[in-house]
Amino acid sequence: MESFQEVSNLETITSVTPALAVVTSLIAAIMILIFRRNPNIRETFSIGAGLVKFGIVCSMIPAIMQGKVVQLDILEFLPGLSIKFSVDAFGLFFGFTSSFLWIFTTLYSIGYMRSLEEHAQTRYFFSFAIAMSSAVGVAFSGNLFTLFIFYEILTVSTYPLVVHEESEEAMSAGRKYLAYLLTAGVFLLFSIATVYYYTGTTDFSFGGILAGKGVPEDLLKLLFITFMIGCTKAAFIPLHSWLPTAMIAPTPVSALLHAVAVVKAGVFTAVRIILYVYGVDLMTNTGLAIPFAYFVSFTIIVGSLFALSQDNLKLRLAYSTVSQLSYIVLGALLLTSSGMIGGIFHIASHAFGKITLFFCAGSIYVASGLKNVSELSGIGRKMPITMISFAIATLTMIGLPPGAGFISKWYLALGTIEANQLVLLFVLLISSILNAAYFLPIVYKAFFEEPNPSNMDGVKEASPFVYIPLLLTAIGSVIIFFYPDYFLQLAKLALGV
Amino acid sequence: MVLDIIDVILTKYNYIIYISLMTLGFYGMIGKSNLIKKLIGMSVFQYAIFLFYISIADVEGGIAPILVEGEVTYTNPLPHVLILTAIVVAVSTLAVGLSLVIRIYREFGSVDENKILMRLKDD
Amino acid sequence: MIEELSNHLPILLIVSGLIGAFLTPLIGLIRKELCSFWASFITLIQFFISIILFYQAIQVGRISYWLGGWEPPWGIEYAIDILNSFILVVVSTICLSVAIYGRKSLLKEVPEKEVQLYTLYILLCTGMLGIIITGDVFNLYVFLEISSLAAYALVAVGDRNSLVASFNYMIMGTVSACFILLGIGYLYLMTGTLNMADLSRLLPPLYGRPAILIGLALLIVGLSIKTALFPLHTWLPDAYTHSPSAISALLSGTFTKVGIYVLIRLIYSIFGLEYFLRNVDIFVFISWVASAGIIFGAIMAIAQDDFKRMLAYSSISQIGYIALGISLANNFALAGSLLHIFGHSLMKTGLFMVAGALIYSKGIKRVSQLEGMGNVMPLTMAAFLIGALSMIGIPPTIGFASKYLILLGAVESGEWVFVVVILFSSLLTAVYFWKVFEKVFFGENKWKKGGKEIPLSMLLPTMALAILSLLGGFFAPVLIKVFELWMSGVIPGGV
Repeated sequence: MESFQEVSNLETITSVTPALAVVTSLIAAIMILIFRRNPNIRETFSIGAGLVKFGIVCSMIPAIMQGKVVQLDILEFLPGLSIKFSVDAFGLFFGFTSSFLWIFTTLYSIGYMRSLEEHAQTRYFFSFAIAMSSAVGVAFSGNLFTLFIFYEILTVSTYPLVVHEESEEAMSAGRKYLAYLLTAGVFLLFSIATVYYYTGTTDFSFGGILAGKGVPEDLLKLLFITFMIGCTKAAFIPLHSWLPTAMIAPTPVSALLHAVAVVKAGVFTAVRIILYVYGVDLMTNTGLAIPFAYFVSFTIIVGSLFALSQDNLKLRLAYSTVSQLSYIVLGALLLTSSGMIGGIFHIASHAFGKITLFFCAGSIYVASGLKNVSELSGIGRKMPITMISFAIATLTMIGLPPGAGFISKWYLALGTIEANQLVLLFVLLISSILNAAYFLPIVYKAFFEEPNPSNMDGVKEASPFVYIPLLLTAIGSVIIFFYPDYFLQLAKLALGV
Repeated sequence: MVLDIIDVILTKYNYIIYISLMTLGFYGMIGKSNLIKKLIGMSVFQYAIFLFYISIADVEGGIAPILVEGEVTYTNPLPHVLILTAIVVAVSTLAVGLSLVIRIYREFGSVDENKILMRLKDD
Repeated sequence: MIEELSNHLPILLIVSGLIGAFLTPLIGLIRKELCSFWASFITLIQFFISIILFYQAIQVGRISYWLGGWEPPWGIEYAIDILNSFILVVVSTICLSVAIYGRKSLLKEVPEKEVQLYTLYILLCTGMLGIIITGDVFNLYVFLEISSLAAYALVAVGDRNSLVASFNYMIMGTVSACFILLGIGYLYLMTGTLNMADLSRLLPPLYGRPAILIGLALLIVGLSIKTALFPLHTWLPDAYTHSPSAISALLSGTFTKVGIYVLIRLIYSIFGLEYFLRNVDIFVFISWVASAGIIFGAIMAIAQDDFKRMLAYSSISQIGYIALGISLANNFALAGSLLHIFGHSLMKTGLFMVAGALIYSKGIKRVSQLEGMGNVMPLTMAAFLIGALSMIGIPPTIGFASKYLILLGAVESGEWVFVVVILFSSLLTAVYFWKVFEKVFFGENKWKKGGKEIPLSMLLPTMALAILSLLGGFFAPVLIKVFELWMSGVIPGGV
């Protein structure tokens, strides 16, 4: 633990790049509205913005890799509250992952939406662009306040995506979605106001900003709880049930937003709060870390158990997300370098794996209209690309080589040993077994069972817009396994080890 | 104790009168269901306040504030002036109120609040 | 000539309105349609004068204008400082935009009555500006009655129910005015002056006297009725629901705010915070009542199906916020209240304009009829979306900025109950607006596509107010700096 130091005195560069990354997709959103009558131009803007945004994010990599921080103060909004962007290695890690995957999701969305001839496509792409802006905004926020703003915009902008179908069921799902996430926003706002009142700042700093500010210890604990309720986007059990409900959204939405952007924004915020608002020392001294680690372990196990009992493929994936998200928080809570590296690394490995799985679920739905696991017998023969990608992504989820998940779980396991928490190590093992138990049967069914002719007649791969992105993301997760250095480097930089 | 009360009643009787009038007017506004009676109550309420103003302007042994030779005490003219304005306001309010009642009567055929509310509910 | 005029801006603000109001019937003789342009013209002049006065007040601090050259406290003084010049700008902005908006809307809802309507309209606006600008408490009462009388009449021209609503409004309004008159009487009895600046100088030695307390109590009750502070709000829902939409828009944006302004003036300038901190702890009472109002208004709003009635109850809730901010009595909360006066005026007027637009184009009054309106009137509904998000307090709108400041104020006072109230009521606000969103943007499209937007003269003010409330969050820092100039004088210690 001695090795975490001097992160806060990093050299800073002032640059508009972070703001540009956020604004790019906002501009795209406006262009999407303007060209709503011409789908091809509209989609060109979506893809273009994705590429440009990713380019902008990448342009910051060299500086960050040298251990610098890219900063931008925009304006002082209210007393002590400025809009401030600050890209450090951790933020870049999340921003890079989500903006990279946005490109694939856009391609996939075009294929998916056009194949199904969905209505209100302009609204869909518009909301998607705004949501991506705010996800990257969350990643690049330099203080709690900026983070809060993007966090709330993310909630509001994803609502139209959740209720896209506009059926009675979708509307009530949308209501539930908002009820959970807006309430969470309120808790977050309360916590931020309190932090600001006691510390006079909301800027993130690796050592934490709450230590030594005379906050009563009971309030610190209460505040931690309200902060974590604020992170309902991270889907901790018992505040998880918005996530399965939100699966009524079109599959690309589930893929990017409810496996990568939205839920990761929640996890990202939780980790930011644990490491950058409270700080390692305060977490240790107040004794908050270990009880909360047990709390998220509960989520890990129970989430997996829920997943085991789902027949609807998307729901199974959703519960798997609930479980996997808590790995990340668990890693941060271990407060040891390996644990934290594992947690942060898992942001990327879970993102690549889960987005592939959702893409596959969507691909199956577009091609055959099937939604349930029990109907998938023999589909691997009809849709080989989809199901092979599915199998690869499954490896990542379980944590087997050559999936990226292996590396994160390896570090997490090391972390539990470093922290002397053997029970938590045991939790990791159990949940890996559970992961295998709910994913492998699908793969088995797809490849080794006889197809049921009534379901499978005439089923073939959907448009290349659909199957190419998912193949690429699956390959991506393998590449991360073989070349993890870049992500590991970022994770280590974030922790200053 | 009793003497004190009597003393207050005798020396501050103007307050007692204005407060009783005000209460009376207030009761008319709130308690009566006839709209005209409500307006009467409103006027009484307003005039009670005017009386209060006039009575506080009085100075013991003072005469009407018209400039005369010699050393005399005048009553305070300012409240009178204020109340002149306030009377104008009160009259205009009453006019607006009465014209509203006329419109209401034409529309609903009654000036009784309960009946009007009944008719509104029927709509 | 110009210089001569510029020295007399405060009185020009009022005189232009009074002359404008009395010239309206004459203009109506030429052509009835001209009246609305005339009203827009007059309110435009008042708007510009307000802006200049605001600018001057920031430069100088306090402008004192002696009516007829009589030196205060003997003459009537128009005293302009940062607080009231700011409120002047807010009110005149709303007056101007509603005047432009009202041309088509009022013509449709109340045909053939332009002349009378616009005479009263100008009178109402001028009366409100008079209340704000004057430095003399009795003058304030007179202006209050001028504007109230105009308001009763304007409410009464709405639908059938509006007559009864207006009558009740008049009864409540008169009670309120009488209380205010009586309160002024008590203050005059004790100090012998009606000038606000003079009062604030003469009051401190008399702090302990019961008569002062009675005067204060009467004034506060009277003003609470005018501002529709819960539980004295009973006139408001009916009056806003049944009056013509443009009039609801004007009243919701300005009249209650003027009452709040007088309350702030009374508490912070005339009496001084010292009195409340040392002698009477009335703040505790106000803050609990305000919190009850916040929750009550929001819950009632959820229960409404009539769109305008929902907005009316929402007003009661939002006024509660402002009152809560005032009674928390610290820099954050007070700045939040002032900002919320501005923000709520923009949002609520904009929302009532949207309600009027729906009545104008489709005759829709109920939330349940709004299905699919997002396709029919996209721009109007976008304005609604922005206004409602700002009401809920989604950043970066002005509604967020003001609520956040009040929240910080509550945290600073250590009043955790109010922190919870503020946060919880934001959620309730989200509930009643989301009910509308669902219908408007996701509901089945009942109305044939390709329907018409409202005319430009209605759309433009609506959009302008929506955009202002969206961008308002970004002006917030500047405005807060301006408020601080004023607050440093009234809150001892400051921040």
